[in-house]
Amino acid sequence: MVTRIELDEPKCIAAGQCVMTAPDVFDQRDEDGVAIILEPVPAPEHLDAVRDAVAVCPAAALQLIET
Amino acid sequence: MTDTVPTYPFARPTALDPPAEWEQLRSECPVSKVRMVTGDEALLITRYNDVRELLADPRFTHSLTEAGAAQISTSEDGIFNRDEATMTAGPNHQRWRRMMNKSFTVKRVNAMRPRIAEIANQLIDELIAGGQPGDLQSALGFPLPVFVICELLGVDPNYRDKFSHWSDAMLNLDKFSQAETAKAAMEFQEFMVQHVLDKRAAPGDDLLSELAAIVDSQDGRMTEAELVYTAQGLLVAGHETTANMIGKMVAMLLADRPNRWDRLVADRGLINPAVEETLRLDASSSIDLPRYISEDIEIAGCPIKAGTTVMASLSSGNRDETVYDDAAELRLDRVPNPHLAFGAGPHSCLGQALARTELQVTLTVLLDRLPTLELAVPVEELRRRTGLIVGGIEEVPVRW
Repeated sequence: MVTRIELDEPKCIAAGQCVMTAPDVFDQRDEDGVAIILEPVPAPEHLDAVRDAVAVCPAAALQLIET
Repeated sequence: MTDTVPTYPFARPTALDPPAEWEQLRSECPVSKVRMVTGDEALLITRYNDVRELLADPRFTHSLTEAGAAQISTSEDGIFNRDEATMTAGPNHQRWRRMMNKSFTVKRVNAMRPRIAEIANQLIDELIAGGQPGDLQSALGFPLPVFVICELLGVDPNYRDKFSHWSDAMLNLDKFSQAETAKAAMEFQEFMVQHVLDKRAAPGDDLLSELAAIVDSQDGRMTEAELVYTAQGLLVAGHETTANMIGKMVAMLLADRPNRWDRLVADRGLINPAVEETLRLDASSSIDLPRYISEDIEIAGCPIKAGTTVMASLSSGNRDETVYDDAAELRLDRVPNPHLAFGAGPHSCLGQALARTELQVTLTVLLDRLPTLELAVPVEELRRRTGLIVGGIEEVPVRW
């Protein structure tokens, strides 16, 4: 099973919660703060932090897709 | 005739404890009539999912300028009833928001950490020099966020007493008269208009100089009036909320020293989740967030008519037993903690990464400098600040 992160970009409000929670996996664009996914398929050691990041996004802009 | 509609905000049993009404309303009446201090009626929603869903709904905003909207404050000129409030509420919101976001990214606020720590250390030096007991709120809580936001905006922090008064006036519920808030609003406006002119004449490496250049480019991104309103909003939002939260956070952690403060002294890895948990359990945030309902909707099965003002209780939602295990309990290691203290949805707090960083750095420096910190009065004697849209503790007397 592969877990992939999806970002609904128009929903992103640049709160930075994903970057604070999983800094190895997320960053923000300098010009408008919108999230950037550095690791769309997160390494197993980052998965817990990624799940927390998805949970705390105040805009509910992140989703995990398991295929 | 007896008025059975309760007055909002509800009285609190102590500065740190929630009103009993929240728990009762969550279980029995999740959409409940309340009377604002102005006498106007609004509906209060108290469950986590209802609050989160309403705040995420892009149709409804915090702007209460419509004729039928409930008035929240006994005076005009407040943050929810100025015409300019529509700039951050209407279809232009996302454009404005994305323009502002760049100054509040995690990267930008992390770069401010050393300077925030330096300010915290200086203020703690002064607190120590003042002798025991000292008031942590006036020595550290109030000044720290003012210094930080002034540096970010490029405003002289020596005006901080004035900022504090102007902010309080803009956040008035029923503390000030109309004449007082009108005078404060005029002074604040004059100050900021002049300040923007000064920035044009001598630009600095700060946000207001940057925004003034955007206005001057006349590319439609921002007008002069919007710049002045933005600058005022950032100055108010950037200090009042975080200032109050520093005092509340420390008071909560000292209210049960062995299980909270001492654990943090021993394990700094708990600092970030501890900050989030105190934000979640903050019971003194006053009125939380209004939404003007512009078309008929349903919340928790109750039909709500267009023209209604709904108050979304972040603090009650944050204690929702159906969302949090042991919701009333402060757990330093609660992860993840998707609390609503900064709101949710498109209007969720612009400065939340900065606020989190200020709280984390302040707590870190306090644990390093004053590991023996304790409350100098029984916790029941702490007094709430009331009469404003934001809430806090008047004084937090401490020993070390």
